[in-house]
Formats: sequence, C-alpha cells, structure tokens
Amino acid sequence: MEVTNGLNLKDTELRLGLPGAQEEQQLEVSCVRSNNKRKNNDSTEESAPPPAKTQIVGWPPVRSNRKNNNNKNVSYVKVSMDGAPYLRKIDLKMYKNYPELLKALENMFKFTVGEYSEREGYKGSGFVPTYEDKDGDWMLVGDVPWDMFSSSCQKLRIMKGSEAPTAL
Amino acid sequence: MNYFPDEVIEHVFDFVVSHRDRNSISLVCKSWHKIERLSRKEVFIGNCYAINPERLIGRFPCLKSLTLKGKPHFADFNLVPHEWGGFVLPWIEALARSRVGLEELRLKRMVVTDESLELLSRSFANFKSLVLVSCEGFTTDGLASIAANCRQLRELDLQENEIDDHRGQWLNCFPDSCTTLISLNFACLKGETNVAALERLVARSPNLKSLKLNRAVPLDALARLMSCAPQLVDLGVGSYENEPDPESFAKLMTAIEKCMSLRSLSGFLEVAPLCLPAFYPICQNLISLNLSYAAEIQGNHLIKLIQLCKRLQRLWILDSIGDKGLAVVAATCKELQELRVFPSDVHGEEDNNAAVTEVGLVAISAGCPKLHSILYFCKQMTNAALIAVAKNCPNFIRFRLCILEPHKPDHITSQSLDEGFGAIVQACKGLRRLSVSGLLTDQVFLYIGMYAEQLEMLSIAFAGDTDKGMLYVLNGCKKMRKLEIRDSPFGNAALLADVGRYETMRSLWMSSCEVTLGGCKRLAQNSPRLNVEIINENENNRMEQNEEDEREKVDKLYLYRTVVGTRKDAPPYVRIL
Repeated sequence: MEVTNGLNLKDTELRLGLPGAQEEQQLEVSCVRSNNKRKNNDSTEESAPPPAKTQIVGWPPVRSNRKNNNNKNVSYVKVSMDGAPYLRKIDLKMYKNYPELLKALENMFKFTVGEYSEREGYKGSGFVPTYEDKDGDWMLVGDVPWDMFSSSCQKLRIMKGSEAPTAL
Repeated sequence: MNYFPDEVIEHVFDFVVSHRDRNSISLVCKSWHKIERLSRKEVFIGNCYAINPERLIGRFPCLKSLTLKGKPHFADFNLVPHEWGGFVLPWIEALARSRVGLEELRLKRMVVTDESLELLSRSFANFKSLVLVSCEGFTTDGLASIAANCRQLRELDLQENEIDDHRGQWLNCFPDSCTTLISLNFACLKGETNVAALERLVARSPNLKSLKLNRAVPLDALARLMSCAPQLVDLGVGSYENEPDPESFAKLMTAIEKCMSLRSLSGFLEVAPLCLPAFYPICQNLISLNLSYAAEIQGNHLIKLIQLCKRLQRLWILDSIGDKGLAVVAATCKELQELRVFPSDVHGEEDNNAAVTEVGLVAISAGCPKLHSILYFCKQMTNAALIAVAKNCPNFIRFRLCILEPHKPDHITSQSLDEGFGAIVQACKGLRRLSVSGLLTDQVFLYIGMYAEQLEMLSIAFAGDTDKGMLYVLNGCKKMRKLEIRDSPFGNAALLADVGRYETMRSLWMSSCEVTLGGCKRLAQNSPRLNVEIINENENNRMEQNEEDEREKVDKLYLYRTVVGTRKDAPPYVRIL
C-alpha cells in the first residue's frame, strides 16, 4: 500500500474503520492530521491524537488542584489576557512545543502573536505572551527550551504590547 | 405566653444549637424572636447575596461566629467566571464598623483579599478562628497579618484555597507570645515553608491538636514536629521525595509511636511509600484517612496500610486502589461511614486496569453496613450493581456517583441507568444529596420526584430527554434546596412551570441547557425576591436591546432567592434581570 500523508498505514496497522474500509481509514487519518498542529516529522507516531477525548469544560467534576496533583500527565495553569473579562485555564501537557501553545492561545483569545526573535521578543501584533516562573518572576514566553518552560510555568499572561516593554 | 423570665428562656435556647431549629424558634412569637435573636451566637448564611451585612448585624448584634458561602458549587469546576462575585470585604468592613465581637469566620467559595484579612486581623480583639475553604484572591501577606495581629488565634484552617505564595515569612509573624493555637492547616500552600519558624511555633503551642503541612515540609522536620506535639489528633503529612535514610526513618517511627491521640491522617502529598511503615503503629487508632492526594502510594503499600485501619470511619482515596483494594476496605473497615474515591487518571489516557468499577462499589456496600456517604468516580456502572448497593445500604444520606464518560450506559446491558438510580432513591429514604451520571432518561427523574422525599441537593449532568425530567423533580422533591444542572435538555417550560417554587430553595443553576433569554426574562418579571443572573460566555456582550434575541439560549443561568434585591457588585458580563 502506498504511503499516504507521510504515514504508511499498513505498517502501523491503524484500525480506525471497519476492516476493508480502507478508504475511510485514510479519510479519518488525514482529517485528524490536518487538525494536528505538529509541523515536525511525526510520521513515526503510531496513534493519532485522540479527538474523541476532547475535554469538556468542568468535566469530570474534580477541582483543578486535584487534577494537577493526581495526574502528572496534566498541568493546568491560569491564562489571563489584558482586557479579557475571564481568566482561562489550559493544560500545558497538551502541547509539545511553543508553536502549538501559541496557536492554542491565539484561538482561545482571538488574537495573533507577533514575530518572535531572540533579540527583540515579539514584534508586530501588539500582544506579548509572558509567564510567571517558579521563582515568581515574569518572563517572556519562548526564551528557554520548551521542557524547561513547561515545567516551570505557573501562570500565563498575554500582555498588550504597549505595556510589555516597561512591565518586563 | 411566657411563664418564665427571659433569662430562663434564653438559657433553654442555649441548648438549641442547630441553625434550622433556632430559625424555627424565632418564628414562634415576637417575644421568642427577640430573645432568640439577641442570644444568637452563630449565624450561617448559605448564600452571601441572599442578605446583606447591615441586616445581619441589625438582627443578630451579639453574633460571634459567621459562616458565609459565596460562589455556586459549579465554580469548583471552572464553570463560574473569575470575577463573578462573592467578595468578603464588604462584610468585614460592616462588621468592623459595628460593635460585633467577631470571634470566628468561616468562608466557602468567596473572594478574600489581603486587604480583607488585614482589616479582619485589626478589628476584632477576640478573634479566634479563621476557616477558608475553596477561597481565592489572597496571598501569604494576608496570612502574615492574621498571624501577627490576632492575639487570641486558635484556628487557622486553609482548605483547598488558591493562595499566591509570596514565599514570605508569614510563619515568623506569629509573635512569641502566641501560644493558643489549636489548629493550623496550610496544606494548600505551594511555596516554601520556614521550617524553623514552624518548629518554634509548634513547640510553644501545647494545645495544638490539628496540624496539616504543605509539600515543603520534609521528613526529618516532620519527625521533630511530632516529637514536640505528641498530643496531635489530626495530622497532615507534607512530602519527602527522597528515600529516607535509616536514621531519619527511625526518628520518625519513634515520634509517631508516641502520638497515641492521633485519629486522623492526611496529606502524603509526595511521599515515598517506603516511609509508610512508620505509621503502622497508630493505624489501629485512626478514624479518618485521606490519601486522595497521595498519587505515589499504590498497590501493596496502600493495602498493607488499610488492613491495619480497623476503626476507620472516613476514607478518601484515589481510584488507583482498584476493586481489589476496595475489597480489602470492605473486609477491614467495618465502621466505615464515608468513602470518597477520586479519579487519578482524569482523561482516561492510561489504560488503567486498576481503576475502580461497579464491583468495588458493591463490595463496599456489602462489607460496610454503616456507610452513609459516598462519592465515587468510575469508568463504568451497571443497574444490577446499583440495585445491589441499594439493597445493602438503605441508609445513604449522600450518594454521588460520577461515571467519567457522559451518557455512558450500563456497560453490560447497554441500557440507561434509570433503574439503578431509581433503586437507590427508593431504598434510601433518608437521602439528602444525590449526584447522577451515565446514560439517563426522564424516567430517572420520575423516580427521584416520586421517592426522594428528603432530597435537598441534586446535581445533574448530561441527563434527561425533555422538560418533563426537570418538572418531575421540581414537583416531587419538596425539600429541594439546591438544584444544579448542566448540559441537559431542560428548557423554558420546565423553568417557568412553578416560579414560586424557587423562593423555597436556596438556588438553581442551569448551564448549557435549553432555557432562553426570553424565558429567563419572564421568570424574573414577577419575582422581586429572586435574582436571576445570566452569565454570558461571549465577549461581545450582546447587551444592546435592539440586538437581543429572546430565543437565544442562555449559556449559564444562576438564580437565587434574596431579600435584598439586585446586587451591585456584578461584573459586566453578568446580567441580572
């Protein structure tokens, strides 16, 4: 069977549809892959991300501190955006890298983040993502390697660009 | 009417402690109303917006203890936006201005600021007890004020709060002269703790009975603390990630052996299971054990511990205990009254064979005849199991079952769970609190309305088919006080059928249901004693009249009875009709 979307389905033996319904298999996978924000080569990934397990807000009815404590696979942090009435919470463990996280934030709050450069931070859109680390300091998102960031990030704040330079 | 002088009647009233009974007494006649209100020491306010501080103080000028609850229950699960309300500051300000000699303040789901805590600490010379549950908005600076200024402080109990930890030295702020502490619980603090200050504080608190530590208190410190406080009744262990060295372990064992009064154990926030044996000597005395934060304690370690706890009355645990572990509980803990089983793998990502099922629930019901309260998270359930549970345990007062996947049917018959829950409400005549889950039709609500005569609180999620479901409940459960519903197809017909009913209840919550703006408006129209709040998810607040579509579904509706009208502190995205 030919390789499709960078994935050799036969090899990985995906069983998303009924046996024989190989057309369906391809459709499901490609649909999932187009939702998949990963830009790097994840063709070694065997199973597709689980859309069926989309998280319903407030379900199951367990307090966030319990969720974070009991399941090391989740890490909920608060996200605030200057000017938005609500704070939100996201699970940092859902993302593997900065582009994924930023995309999710952009979707959640309906804004676009600027162009990141090491020298100048975020330029262009007027919104700057920042986070509070374990020491209580406010840092620019993107400076440190992803793993270091995700294990030390306590809170996120999307600042309006005009405030960012002086505040940081 | 009065054959006795007021002082005698007042003395008699002193024996009447429950709030409801005292409320009833005050309705008998004017004279009793007056005597009662002037002698009332403890006041409980289940909804801080049902009344205001001025009226509270006017009626009960001699009050010493106040309990206030703010946000609705679903706020615990992020369903209530951040700035919704529940601010305690106006209450503290009003009490401070008055002559009330406040001694105890208990708050649940309220917004507490450092400013409020500072004001509290300075305004009441005899202040003794502060209990904060599920609150937020303050930092350790606020705690420092309490520590520094409350000279008579006996109790500082912080449960499940969101506290900004400024890593300050709040423990140092307790003056050396402070020796009155009976209870100190800071388990929910995330930052570092000044262990030396803590040790000094414990050493000078001979009356300390309850101590609950946070993550930051390591093993060797725990041993020293327990040596200073062998009189402890209630202990919350912090954490110690490393394998204990034999010397530390031995010291811990020695300290624990002396704590013959220890009855309640909790915490184990990040605990190496190998430390558990140090606690074996006191297990036989335990009546309460909370391991629901102890993700690292599993399997045999857990089972060995439980097998020693023969007198246990209350157990909070993670579902990693499994059906096998629950069978051990059933065989060992014959005095068990309350069980809570929390999910350890919240999103079902791991193929967790060890999680609990209906088998564990039935085993517990069969083995523990005194069981009256249960909270049980599981992945699957059957009607047969629920029917068996109902037969084994007709004494349930609280029954909360949460099947993790919404709409999940009986996993053997694929039917709805109507019959199972029906059996529970029919058998448990004293049932006061119920949470339902899984695949449920209107039928289950028919049963609830028919049989659950004592039901006061009902939580519904992803259940029911039509308005009839909600109507069965509203018509049947005469004692209903709190009804909370999410993601269920109940609409205006149910909402509006009996508007007067809501004044007999504390509150109603409906989110992601079928009620519309028009329905809510009609509800609010002739109900001056109800606050009908609409919480609008959408940032583009469609507040303008001309854009308003009455057929539009309301995201979140929260209504509650009140005698003080519309509140003034609501944020812009909360609309009070």
